[in-house]
Amino acid sequence: MATPKPRVKVPKKASAGEIITIKTLISHDMESGQRKGKDGNVIPRQIINKFTCEFNGMKVFECELDPAVAANPYFEFNAKVPESGTFKFTWVDDDGSIYTDEQKIAVN
Amino acid sequence: GRWSRAAAQQRLSEDDLIGAPAFGNLTLLHVTDIHAQLKPVYFREPAVNIGVGQAAGLPPHVTGADFLKLYRIEPGSPEAYALTAEDFAALAERYGKMGGLDRVATIVRRTRAERGDDNVLLLDGGDTWQGSFTANATKGADMIACMNLLKPDAMTGHWEFTYGADRVNEAKDALAFPFLGSNVFDAEWNEPAFEAWKMFERGGSKVAVIGQAFPYTPIANPRWLIPGWSFGIREEEVAKHVEEAKAEGADVVILLSHNGFDVDRAMASRVPGIDVILTGHTHDALPEPVKVGKTVLIASGSNGKFVSRLDLDIGKGELKDLRYRLIPVFSDVITPDGEMAAKIDEVRAPYAEQLGTVLGRTEGLLYRRGNFNGTWDDLICDALLSERDAEIALSPGFRWGTSLPAGNDITVEDLHNACAMTYPAAYRTKMSGDMLKTILEDVADNLFNADPYYQQGGDMVRVGGMGFAIDPTRAIGSRISDMVVLKTETPIEAARDYVVAGWASVNEGTEGPPIWDVVSDHLKANPVYTPTENRSVKLKP
Amino acid sequence: AMAGVAILARPAWATVEATDAAIGAFTGGKTPEPGKITLTAPEIAENGNSVPVTVEVDSPMTDGDYVASVTILADGNPNPEVATFHFTPLSGTAAATTRIRLAKTQNVVAIAKMSDGSTFSDRKEVKVTIGGCGG
Ligand SMILES: [Mn+2]
Ligand SMILES: [Mn+2]
Repeated sequence: MATPKPRVKVPKKASAGEIITIKTLISHDMESGQRKGKDGNVIPRQIINKFTCEFNGMKVFECELDPAVAANPYFEFNAKVPESGTFKFTWVDDDGSIYTDEQKIAVN
Repeated sequence: GRWSRAAAQQRLSEDDLIGAPAFGNLTLLHVTDIHAQLKPVYFREPAVNIGVGQAAGLPPHVTGADFLKLYRIEPGSPEAYALTAEDFAALAERYGKMGGLDRVATIVRRTRAERGDDNVLLLDGGDTWQGSFTANATKGADMIACMNLLKPDAMTGHWEFTYGADRVNEAKDALAFPFLGSNVFDAEWNEPAFEAWKMFERGGSKVAVIGQAFPYTPIANPRWLIPGWSFGIREEEVAKHVEEAKAEGADVVILLSHNGFDVDRAMASRVPGIDVILTGHTHDALPEPVKVGKTVLIASGSNGKFVSRLDLDIGKGELKDLRYRLIPVFSDVITPDGEMAAKIDEVRAPYAEQLGTVLGRTEGLLYRRGNFNGTWDDLICDALLSERDAEIALSPGFRWGTSLPAGNDITVEDLHNACAMTYPAAYRTKMSGDMLKTILEDVADNLFNADPYYQQGGDMVRVGGMGFAIDPTRAIGSRISDMVVLKTETPIEAARDYVVAGWASVNEGTEGPPIWDVVSDHLKANPVYTPTENRSVKLKP
Repeated sequence: AMAGVAILARPAWATVEATDAAIGAFTGGKTPEPGKITLTAPEIAENGNSVPVTVEVDSPMTDGDYVASVTILADGNPNPEVATFHFTPLSGTAAATTRIRLAKTQNVVAIAKMSDGSTFSDRKEVKVTIGGCGG
C-alpha cells in the first residue's frame, strides 16, 4: 500500500461562532483481517483505528474505526469556530504510524 | 371521451386531440421516456403490471379490461388502443402508429402559439437519448439536436448516463436548457454534481422545477460508466430544495421526476410542499392525475406516444386549480412540424440504408412490456440459446422497446429499438442453480418489494430454456419456486452448473458479441419468427 | 441481467443477538429510546464496499447538554461494530457522515449517548443487491 495521503476541506474563512462543515479523506486500504490472500492465508488486519480533529489544541471531533469502515476513510462533520486558528487532523494506523494535516481558518 | 366519438365517425382531427380551452395562467407540457424514438412507432402497453403492498390494485397497476372500466373507456376506441394491450393487433391496424417527435413538435408549437411563449413550460423527464440505432451510433447526438429544436425548459435523466460521465458532461454543457438532478452527487466529496432545481417566471408566477434523476442508475445500469457520481432517492434533498424554492418565493413547486410511479407516490406522501410530480421511468400512461394529499401525480407514458398538458391556475404562493389532458399522439392525425421533420431526416440520413436492412419477418406481434415476458424477449432468448449454445437464456426486463405487428419485416431499426445500448455484450457463462435462484429472487425484489423506495422500476428478467413460478406478494428468498429446465422438464438443481447466455451485464469487462449480432445471426438461419404463447412463468398464488 | 455475482466466502456473521450485545455494551445495559437521532443511509447500496451513512442528533450541544458519542453497528457483517463518533461542544452540531462496508442486506443501527447518560437509537435496512435491469 502506498503511503496514506490525507486530504481535507476546510473553509478559509468564517465568522465568529459560525458552524462550518469539514470533510476529510485519507487513502488507505483498511485491510479488514477478514480476507484471504492468494496463498490461502488470512491477510492480517491493518486499518486506521482512530481519527481526531482538534482546533487550537481543543478536541472537536473524534472517531474510533472498526474494519467495517470503507477503504479511504471519509469523514464529514461540523465545527463551531470561536476564533481564528488551526485545525489539526490526526489518523492513527494499526501499525503505529500517525498521519496528520493542518488547516488554518480566519475568523472575522 | 370527446374524441373517441369523433374517431368512431372517422373524423378524428388535430383539434379534437390538441385544441384546448384556455384555463388558468400557465400551461405545463410534459414528455418523458421517449427512448430516442424520433419516428412514429407501435407501442403496446403492458397486459400485466402487478402492484404490491399499498400500491396493489391502484393505477398504474391496473391493466386491460379493468383499466377500460376504471377510466370508463370504450373498448375498441382510440383511447383503448393508446392506453391498453386490449385487442392491440386489430386496433393497431385501425389507428396506426403513434408518436414521432415532429408530431410532438406540432403540439408544443401550437400550445406556445395559443398560450404565448411566456405562459408555457415544457419539461422532459429523461430516458430521451437512448433506445434507437441512431442514438446509439451518435451517442445521443441525434436526440440532442432534435431536443434543442423542441426547446424544453429543463430535463432530468437516467439512460443518458449510460453514455458515460465524459459524454454526459460534454452533452450537458451543449444543451440549450438545464439538466437537473437534485439527487446526483460527487461520489468522493459528497457535493452536488448537477444543478438541483431552477426557478422559472412564467404566466406571471414563479415556478420552481426540481429535477430528480433515476435514483438507482449506478445499480440498474453499469456503475463503472459513471464512477464519480452517486445517486439515491435522497428525499431529504428533495425536501430541502422544496424549502429553498418556497423561501425564494415559488408560487408552485414541480418535481420533474425519474423515480418511477410508486416511488413518486410514496415521496408525495412523505415530502410536503410539492404541487405536481411529473413521473417517469416506469412508462405508465394514465388519462387522469393521481392525487396524494395535495400533490398531483402525472404519468405521461413513453416512446413519444403522449404529451401531457396541465393548465394551472396559480395564485400567490399556491396552486388553486388545474385541468389535465393526456394527449395521445396519433401520427396520422397530427400534422408533422416541418422544421422538426427536416431535422429528423437530417440526423437519420447517414444511417438510412442500415436502418432499412431487412433481417427477417415476424408472423406475430412483437412487443416487450409486461411484468414477466414479451415476444421480443422470447425472440432474443431463442437467439441466445441457439447462437450461444446455452441451456438457459436471460434477457433483462427493460421497459423500453417498441412493438412490431404481425406480417412485418424485422429491420435493423426494429431490432435496435429493442436492444440499442452501450453495454450489449452477449455473455456465455456457467451458473449454478442456486445462483440462478439468487438472481431471480433479487430481480423480483427490485420489482415487487412492498416498500416502493426499494423498487428499481424494471420488469422481471426474462428467461429462455427454463420456467419458474413466482409469488410477488412474498419476501425476498421465497418468491421464486418450481424452477425447471423446459426441454427435459426436470427441476433445476441448486448445486448443478448450467450454461447461461444473456446480455446487458452491468459488470465491467463482460465479453461476447453484441446482442444485435446474435439476433441477426439467428434470423439469418431462421428468417421467419412465429411467436408462441409463453407459459414458462407461472403466477402464484 | 448480470454475468458473475461474487459469492463471498462466508465467515460466521454477526447476529442480531451480537448486535444487541454490542448495543448493551455501549449503553451500559439500557435499551435506547426512539427519537432524537436520525440515521440516513441509501435504501439500496450502490456499492456494498462503500455505503455512506449519516447520523444527526437533536441536541443544543452546550457545555451542560451535549451528545457524548454515537456508535454505528451493522447486524449482518462479520462483526457488528462499525465506528464510534465522539462529539464536543466545539462540534457545533452532533452530525457526522462516513462510508462503511456492508457484506449483504442488513440493518444499520445508530445509538446516541447523551451527556446525561440517556440513549437513543435509529435503524435502517440497507439492501445490497445484484442490480441490472431497468425502465
Ligand atoms: Mn424509460
Ligand atoms: Mn428510466
